[in-house]
Amino acid sequence: MLFVGIGQETRKWVIVFRHFKLDLPQFILALILILAGIVSIFLFSNYEAKLSGTNITSVGLLISGLVCYAGMIIIITMVRHEKLLTISLLLPSIIAIAIFVYGFIGWSVRVSMSKWKGLTPDFTFVGLDQYFRLFNNDPRFMIDIRNTAVFTVLFILFCLLIGLGLAVLLDQRLKGEAIFRSIYLAPMSISFIASGVVWGWLMNPATGNRMTGINLIFQSLGLNGLISLWHSSPQPWGMVFTVLPAVWQLSGFTMVLYLGGIRAIDDDLREAARVDGASEFDIYRYILFPMLQPVTLSAVIILGHMSLKIFDLIVALGNKDIRLDVPGIYMWTTTFDGTNYAQGAAIGVLMLASVAVLVIAYLVQNMRGETEL
Amino acid sequence: MKRKSTAHIFFYLILIIFALAFLLPIYLLVLTGLKPINQVDLKTMWALPQGGLYIDNFIAGYKQLAPNLNNSLLMVVPEALLSALLGSFNGYLLSKYRFRGSKLIFTLILFGMFIPYQSILIPLVKFMQFIKLYGDIPGLVLVHIVYGIPITTLIFRNYYASISTEILEAGCMDGASLMGIYRHIIFPLSGPGFAVVIIWQFTQAWNEFLFAVILTNQSHWPVTVALNNLAGSQLVQWNVLMAATLLAALPTLLVYIFLGRYFLRGLMAGALQG
Repeated sequence: MLFVGIGQETRKWVIVFRHFKLDLPQFILALILILAGIVSIFLFSNYEAKLSGTNITSVGLLISGLVCYAGMIIIITMVRHEKLLTISLLLPSIIAIAIFVYGFIGWSVRVSMSKWKGLTPDFTFVGLDQYFRLFNNDPRFMIDIRNTAVFTVLFILFCLLIGLGLAVLLDQRLKGEAIFRSIYLAPMSISFIASGVVWGWLMNPATGNRMTGINLIFQSLGLNGLISLWHSSPQPWGMVFTVLPAVWQLSGFTMVLYLGGIRAIDDDLREAARVDGASEFDIYRYILFPMLQPVTLSAVIILGHMSLKIFDLIVALGNKDIRLDVPGIYMWTTTFDGTNYAQGAAIGVLMLASVAVLVIAYLVQNMRGETEL
Repeated sequence: MKRKSTAHIFFYLILIIFALAFLLPIYLLVLTGLKPINQVDLKTMWALPQGGLYIDNFIAGYKQLAPNLNNSLLMVVPEALLSALLGSFNGYLLSKYRFRGSKLIFTLILFGMFIPYQSILIPLVKFMQFIKLYGDIPGLVLVHIVYGIPITTLIFRNYYASISTEILEAGCMDGASLMGIYRHIIFPLSGPGFAVVIIWQFTQAWNEFLFAVILTNQSHWPVTVALNNLAGSQLVQWNVLMAATLLAALPTLLVYIFLGRYFLRGLMAGALQG
């Protein structure tokens, strides 16, 4: 057998279960790994470990966990029944997702229905009180909803328009297409934090002698009418400008999606339309754009779920300015600064609900539509 | 023909205007970083440096962020490697060994990619405190690996779907087991898949902020948290801040410039069109 490598059946202790082939040396190795992992987890969690002055407790814990995991995998691979083996090998990931995603969501829901405020957990059940409070008498949450709505609509709209426009232009087979494409996509590789910091300076609202950033460019070009307070403008206009860095980062991505979609459409189709006397404009209007609808749908899903949970960009840009508040920031401050865990959990659950509305139908459709191999 | 070329000039004009606008922030970062301290003035923000290039700002920025750049690197390398291994395993199993309910399991795993992490944050913090991985880099590594399972599995599943099942059937004929096929046939073919996933996970973890700020204490802050803190403090001059921002963005930017092809593939996989 390829897998065992030794090849001699005689050296193996065969069959414990019907589908379990015990390989004693490996089994012993696995047990040693698991035991060593458990013992060192126990040791690390009870005694502080120091290596040349630095605390290595958590490194030790992580490595011990990995050792333990390796031991378990070795034992699992002794299962010889294909289906059983597949499921067993997937099990660690399934369990991790079950706990970290679904278990934690359940736990958050439970916290959101409690009175937990302060450092000690208080799971007294209060039903949907936290949610009612957010919607009925919480002006800050109302600002959050309005800001998220403004941000989401404008962000998606501009990304789609710029993305589609650039994709159509790049589709003209111009020289230097690759360079333009790389430039438009580059901002995507930068973190929202870095982007927020730079744009904070570009969109500096200072006037008069201290004028700087893009306003300074406008001034030197004589475009004084365009000089603006940017994201410090009175609401809701301030929020409108926070969309700029986000569009800067993600319209290139939208362009790539559209360009892929356009290139996937058969050239013969366009040629046929041309022969029939359709203008280039007509070809885009009546043939390509309708065929790009699935691309638009996935772009809206991807961009939409990003903007509904937008967080780091606004943190870096707005510096916790209440006027630019979004649910992600509210959840953070109310939970970890205000220790109002129940309310924080409720905001988190509402954020999840808004994303779920957008994503679940899409995922289910993706699952159904997929062809079997 | 004439009409076409005027149209092309017009197209180029639009493309170039957009390219300039897109490069503006990066231009500002590089430009400011290369000026000597005495030429730094908000009024001449856009002027080119006079009399040679200087790297004083980068040195000052590096001094501010050095420990955090180090923390990020320590976190990102094991994270990217381990989650690529795990994803490769999951992707192989889910693409080549379909069982009843495997599509449902895959979809349920995939949902984890979209959730706003605020919705699991409170339990996560308590859990990490419980298993004593709170506050330090390894905890962050674990969290990134776990929440990376959906995307890494997705990328590898799509990648392996393109490997023909005939090779696997040939492997089966030779008596190779499921693990044997992985080790001797699938794994050697996985190079490009690993490149995509490692680059993707590297970029994601390097740029991530929420987990980093909640799960680590100040001495273990990754670079995003430190940069945000630097930007908020009144003590740091903006020229140093710009240089520090470029330093913080540089690793992922370089990965994009030199390995953009793989970066793009990871991006497309996220759009679920495998």
